[in-house]
Amino acid sequence: MIIALLKGLFLMIWKVLGDQPDPKADFLAALPEALRVLASVVLSVVPIMVTFPLLFAITTLLERKGLGRIQNRLGPNRVGPCGIFQPIADGLKMITKEDIVPRNADQLVHFLAPIALVIPTFLAYAVLPFGRHLVPINLDAGILFFFAVGASTELSVFMAGWSSRNKYSLLGAMRAIAQMISYEIPLIISTVTVIMLAGSLSLVDIVAKQTGFVGGILPHWNVFTPWGFAGFVMFLIASLAESNRSPFDLPEAESEIIAGHLTEYSGFKYALFFLAEYLGMFAVSGLAVTLFLGGWSAPLPYLDWMPTYVWFMAKLMAIVCLFIWIRGTLPRLRVDQLLNFAWKFMLPMSLLNLVVAAIWHFTSVWSFPGELAARWLLCAAMIAIPYVWLGRALSGDKKSTLRIYRFAD
Amino acid sequence: MLGEGILKGLVETGRNFFGSYHDPGRMTTVQFPEEKVPAKENARNFPFLVFDGNDPMAGLRCVACQICEKECPPQCIYIVKDAAKKPDYVGKLQFQPKVFDIDVSVCMSCQICVEVCPFEAIKMDTHFELSNTDRFGGLLQDKHKLAKSNDYYRKIHPTDAAEVDARLAAEKAKIEAKAKADAEAKAKAKEAAAAAPKPAPPTPTKPAA
Repeated sequence: MIIALLKGLFLMIWKVLGDQPDPKADFLAALPEALRVLASVVLSVVPIMVTFPLLFAITTLLERKGLGRIQNRLGPNRVGPCGIFQPIADGLKMITKEDIVPRNADQLVHFLAPIALVIPTFLAYAVLPFGRHLVPINLDAGILFFFAVGASTELSVFMAGWSSRNKYSLLGAMRAIAQMISYEIPLIISTVTVIMLAGSLSLVDIVAKQTGFVGGILPHWNVFTPWGFAGFVMFLIASLAESNRSPFDLPEAESEIIAGHLTEYSGFKYALFFLAEYLGMFAVSGLAVTLFLGGWSAPLPYLDWMPTYVWFMAKLMAIVCLFIWIRGTLPRLRVDQLLNFAWKFMLPMSLLNLVVAAIWHFTSVWSFPGELAARWLLCAAMIAIPYVWLGRALSGDKKSTLRIYRFAD
Repeated sequence: MLGEGILKGLVETGRNFFGSYHDPGRMTTVQFPEEKVPAKENARNFPFLVFDGNDPMAGLRCVACQICEKECPPQCIYIVKDAAKKPDYVGKLQFQPKVFDIDVSVCMSCQICVEVCPFEAIKMDTHFELSNTDRFGGLLQDKHKLAKSNDYYRKIHPTDAAEVDARLAAEKAKIEAKAKADAEAKAKAKEAAAAAPKPAPPTPTKPAA
């Protein structure tokens, strides 16, 4: 039996690396009937629980290095060659720090908040198709599940803010709630376009719809359509806000409210919050890849031979790098700017995008010469003109004037 | 158009990112313990006591007047006067500190001691690596540790030092000139006194006359 198990394990690794269907079958067949379900679950969960925290460690280093370069610095370079062991040093520091709980804090809720945050973020990975045959669960309502568990992170952020019994924590949590609820709406509406066009809530089906190439060269990804491009940009903006990242990092604005809901957390609990924040960012980037960038499909036909999970991870890292780039570029918004942007710009644009997607869908029956160009022009104009108009209306007549400092001179 | 500024900003940061790899001139920082930037002239970190000449204790300008001790906001200076006096730069006898301690861990680098000192005896140092493994003894600097030569002061704050030197030299010259004038006046008076007795002898001769 042990030989059969080892053989199954070897075959599983071989099949995963070689991108072959049903990698777990041989290993599970060697196990007794009663253990198969449990083993199957463990085999799906463990790789996620190993890969993404590792990716978190790599990303922290990448982020610090990248931000350093953006600011014309070198970034961390002391621990190990070129600072590559910096995440290990950070991790050791976090784990060995004292865990301080304020005397007046609600002990139980304070303890539960980081756990209640990490578990849903891990759960969100369950429905993402990482490769052609690497899908933890193919739920029929995968997107619904993703957003359902994603929304529960708001609760744990508020648990953290409320239980700390600290004004900064509470302010940070209040901001986080306002921000997350406001941006959840454009986030979901911009995914609805994809659901409408794909006709399915299952992420596996949505990726399958995007495989293949137009004219043998341009991939059939949603981002290469007018509604898809607009949806992708809005999805990225909303997901930046959802994952509390700069320029939407108001809940943790250091210069105003210390660290927001993280103020009273230290040591390993703080590390868990940090981990959950990055895991949430990876998950939502993974969803963006799946919905708009063709998931695991290769960008060019002759690159099809590469394993599909490589493409998924490459696209995910590209989005993460974009997030880091944006963090290095934009200053933090004010609360009123943040909410105005969500309700006055993102919401109308995403609703309009729904209409555009519907028009794109119904005009697919057109069959006259140049119909594709006509569809493109119509849909692009329907997005671009309101974009420019809304942008002008919102920025208003606020002309920048030379500021006169009456009392400073 | 909306978003134009964001794109411009992204291009700028992207240029910084790639530029930092091939253009060392862009780098704004140095690798600190190995490389050091020379201190700016107006930098200040921790006070030191200026001495003239070669012997730190004999040349200390401090006269233990304790003004700095009284003015120091965090009260990090501790002075005990010595009973013995020593001559200052013009040769006048002055008090000297028996104990002059400054606590590094308390000092807040405000420079008020320097502002109030009438004797140009305490100045701010630019040296900042004051960390110590002994947090009680090591952080309390006594007068032997604090004493630094006037040449060192000239080196770290050339402009200020030149101004101070000029003023002290002018004062010294003035005092010397005054002393000289006094001496001359005294000599003249003596001379006059010496000359006076000459006509004096005739006085006794008056009765004789």
